[in-house]
Amino acid sequence: MKRTLTAVLLSAAVLSLAACGGKKEAAPPAGAPQASAPAAGAGGTRETVTLRMLAMKQAAYSDASVQAMVKKFEEKNPGIKVDVTFVPYEALHDKIVTDQASGAGEFDVVLVDEIWPAEFAAAGFIRDLSDRLTPEMKEGIVPAVARILEVNGKTYGIPWILDTKFLFYNKDMLAKAGFSAPPKTWDELLEQARAIKQKGIVEYPIIWSWGQAEAVICDYTPLVYSWGGEILAPDGSPRFQSGPALEAVKWMVKTLDEKLTNPNSTSALEEDVRQVFSQGQAAFALNWTYMYALANDPKESKVAGQVGIAPFPAGPAGAYGVSGSMGLSITKSSKHPDEAWKLIEFLTSFENQKEYASESLPIWKKAFDNPDQIKAPRELVEAAKTQFASIRGRPEFVPWYNNFSLKAQVALQNILLKQKTPEAALSELAGQVESLRKS
Amino acid sequence: MKRTPAHRLRGAGESGTLLLVLFLLPAMVVTFGLIVVPLADSFWTSLHRLNLTAADRPFVGFGNYVEAIRDAGFRQALARTLYFTVVSTLLELVLGLAVALLLNQDFRGRGLLRALVLIPWALPTMVNGMMWRWIYHPQYGALNALLTQTGLLDSYRNWLGSPALAMNMVILADVWKMTPLVAIILLANLQTIPGELLEAASIDGAGAWQRFWHVTLPWLRPGILIVLVLRTMEAFKVFDIIYIMTRGGPANGTQTVAYYAYTEAFSSLQFGRGAALSFLIALAVGLMAVLYFRLLGEEGAGA
Amino acid sequence: MRKLVARLALYLAALAVAAFVLAPFAWLVISSIASGADLLSRPLRWWPEHASFERYWTIFTSTDTGAPAYTFRHAIWNSTRVAAYATLVSLGVGIPAAYALARFRFRSRRALTLLFLGSYMLPPIALVVALYLLLGQLRLRDTVGGLALVYSSFITPYVIWIMRGYFLAIPPELEEAARVDGCSRFGAFLRVALPLARPGIVTTVIFAVLTAWDEFLYALILTSSVRAKPIPVAIAEFSGQHMIDYGMIAAGGVLAALPPVLLSLVLQRHIIRGLTAGAVKG
Repeated sequence: MKRTLTAVLLSAAVLSLAACGGKKEAAPPAGAPQASAPAAGAGGTRETVTLRMLAMKQAAYSDASVQAMVKKFEEKNPGIKVDVTFVPYEALHDKIVTDQASGAGEFDVVLVDEIWPAEFAAAGFIRDLSDRLTPEMKEGIVPAVARILEVNGKTYGIPWILDTKFLFYNKDMLAKAGFSAPPKTWDELLEQARAIKQKGIVEYPIIWSWGQAEAVICDYTPLVYSWGGEILAPDGSPRFQSGPALEAVKWMVKTLDEKLTNPNSTSALEEDVRQVFSQGQAAFALNWTYMYALANDPKESKVAGQVGIAPFPAGPAGAYGVSGSMGLSITKSSKHPDEAWKLIEFLTSFENQKEYASESLPIWKKAFDNPDQIKAPRELVEAAKTQFASIRGRPEFVPWYNNFSLKAQVALQNILLKQKTPEAALSELAGQVESLRKS
Repeated sequence: MKRTPAHRLRGAGESGTLLLVLFLLPAMVVTFGLIVVPLADSFWTSLHRLNLTAADRPFVGFGNYVEAIRDAGFRQALARTLYFTVVSTLLELVLGLAVALLLNQDFRGRGLLRALVLIPWALPTMVNGMMWRWIYHPQYGALNALLTQTGLLDSYRNWLGSPALAMNMVILADVWKMTPLVAIILLANLQTIPGELLEAASIDGAGAWQRFWHVTLPWLRPGILIVLVLRTMEAFKVFDIIYIMTRGGPANGTQTVAYYAYTEAFSSLQFGRGAALSFLIALAVGLMAVLYFRLLGEEGAGA
Repeated sequence: MRKLVARLALYLAALAVAAFVLAPFAWLVISSIASGADLLSRPLRWWPEHASFERYWTIFTSTDTGAPAYTFRHAIWNSTRVAAYATLVSLGVGIPAAYALARFRFRSRRALTLLFLGSYMLPPIALVVALYLLLGQLRLRDTVGGLALVYSSFITPYVIWIMRGYFLAIPPELEEAARVDGCSRFGAFLRVALPLARPGIVTTVIFAVLTAWDEFLYALILTSSVRAKPIPVAIAEFSGQHMIDYGMIAAGGVLAALPPVLLSLVLQRHIIRGLTAGAVKG
């Protein structure tokens, strides 16, 4: 129905535009000639297929590395051209949504964060790739990671960028306070932080990314799990408003009350965490893999050489790491799914990934069994091995996860900024979740 | 306009009609040609429960509009938007008037100051937002450094860290950028005051304050009207500066209606609701415009 | 004595305004040349220990397609073109329309005027998804031309609104006199009304350029690659989740601000004169 109306109005508009074509086109002189007309392709070589890929800049693989990978792929597959568009993470979700929701369908291969597949699959944006999975993939990919792009038992993408958060610590500060090893439990973290604060080594020992963004959910989730709680039940009903999950939030508040957590955490994102830690203004920081290289780079950091990296500490119910991986999916609108799959296979292959392991760790088990064969610091690979064994996703299995996350971010902010009590904010959130489930 | 006897111009016959069409049609094509389809499409969308993750997309009439008005989240965003609009417009008006009066005085360096004052206005909004975010930075910001080094503050503050404070700080950034425009408009208006009028008032024994209140201010009515229309319309649609400075946080403290509509559509995939929200915004802006024209007469802007 | 005090107060006020206006921008400029260590020092050093224009040099020369500098350079060029095209189109079609609405008498004049104004009130969010589709079908998505066309659609009503005021302020007798002398109606517009409205046109050009240079939401959704991405989007990108480089953002910000700032400084007198002649005259 909507389509028809659009079509009618559209043809009317195109006609009216054509009628005044001279006037309109005159001003923007030929408006930058179109570099490529994707669908039509050049009339001569009909076999050449141009794939359009949407990737991300500024994290994990650099633009240049992705371009180099793609070039290699093009050499191996004559007849397939790949045109990559890079957007920042913040714009990636909205770009995919606009592209697919408007019916434009410009992209063939898109990079998706692990929290989107349920939503994208329900909206019909991306394809079920279950039948295409090779046995090698089924067995070779790190188990916790292999499932991140699964929705209801179907696989909607292949993980490509593997990421998890670690506990970073300043070795010198710990040594000064008399600790020889990083904390093994969350309570130990607070003990060490208290000692560091008391000795005046640093004013606020811990920095988190608790700003109003997905980042706060990434810090909150593993705490809930290691306290033994759940956020959402498999059917989507709320489980966060009482019991261990509530205790975990209260623990977050406690670290603020004791002034062990830097109060600026409540407006901090990952980059703020990195800056504070790199400037030597925190003994502990929770952040993604990328910080390891940058905090150890003397040009970027005052604490280069003192950076320790460890898996997340354990709570009463064990230790859990948060998964922050991204994968490659094929859009519903793609006219070249077979070629697109070839590209995905190539990009996620161990042979390709091991070359760029210093930018992003491979998704393959064998990479961690024998760290020497990949180009990444040993300390990082060791920590990653433990962390990946205990990784657990956010409650991203519900198709309304993004909507839930926005509301949960506000609830957590209200608690951390003392606008509402944990009980009040979380029971309000529970009400919102109930209406999300109905919608 | 009754005072313009344009129709009395000779030859307003057939050739006049042709000229009229030639003069108006291109502008209509440029203005409406591109947006009429998207507008209709968007309005049609707003009449459906269009949740992209759900298979069925039932027609709900004005259901989305009713739901939005009942929605507590929207009402809070509306209240914040009104706060932003009223406070920023008032501050810009008062400060702008003061600056305009200053720039209308005779002093050395006046020309230079008139030029310098334009700098904030010419700065792109995104640059402005990013610049202030850097100035407000909780760890390394210039504002914290300035206030602590001069002893006005004993420790660094997180200016964008709590909901109410963050909103005021964003308003401050907006006021810094937009006050110059207000000042320039009012200055232009001030310069049209006939000298005799103020002289006559002086002769009648009016003091400086009385002259300002009874002569200058009434004369500034058209300028003030333009400022009010321009600034409230822009302020009510505010999006960019929120996006770059706070992304609606902390705890939704700076989330305005335009930002709320954006998140509903793009993050929550509720396109029907997002579209309905944006039409409500347009409606509110339109109502404000009508109200101004009614309140302040039609001079300067009316048809 | 009282006069002296008043004088002193006047100069103090002028100084205060100058400081308030200049200080934040000056800090942006300083940040753009200070070293990374200077920017993050506590207590803050107001004048950097190591200053260099290296970042500007990087922006002008970088060939690393993934680097902020590279995107900035292209974004400045894109913004320049978008602003130029949009201004030309909007003024080209807007001025005649403004004249027609001010001078011609026809039945739907009032309604049309309001319709133009009304389209200016639409929030971009209401149109952006459908525009994305439409521009794709017209093969104008992610192009400078397409973005300029979208901008023209809301700058034109703005031009009409301002210019209509100027034309109304010009006494119609002048054009009538020209008509008596044998000018056609179009001739009267071209030879009499247009030259008289020149200060208004200069003002309108500045407003149009600044609006096009400033717009963000359409640009965010409708462009994605360096061949079309304008300045505001580039700025937003570099304050993202990963890699906030405040020095580089500051340098990009200064460069992004220079064209509009210089333009308005150069045309400053015209802006005030233009406003005096038209919009604020009852």
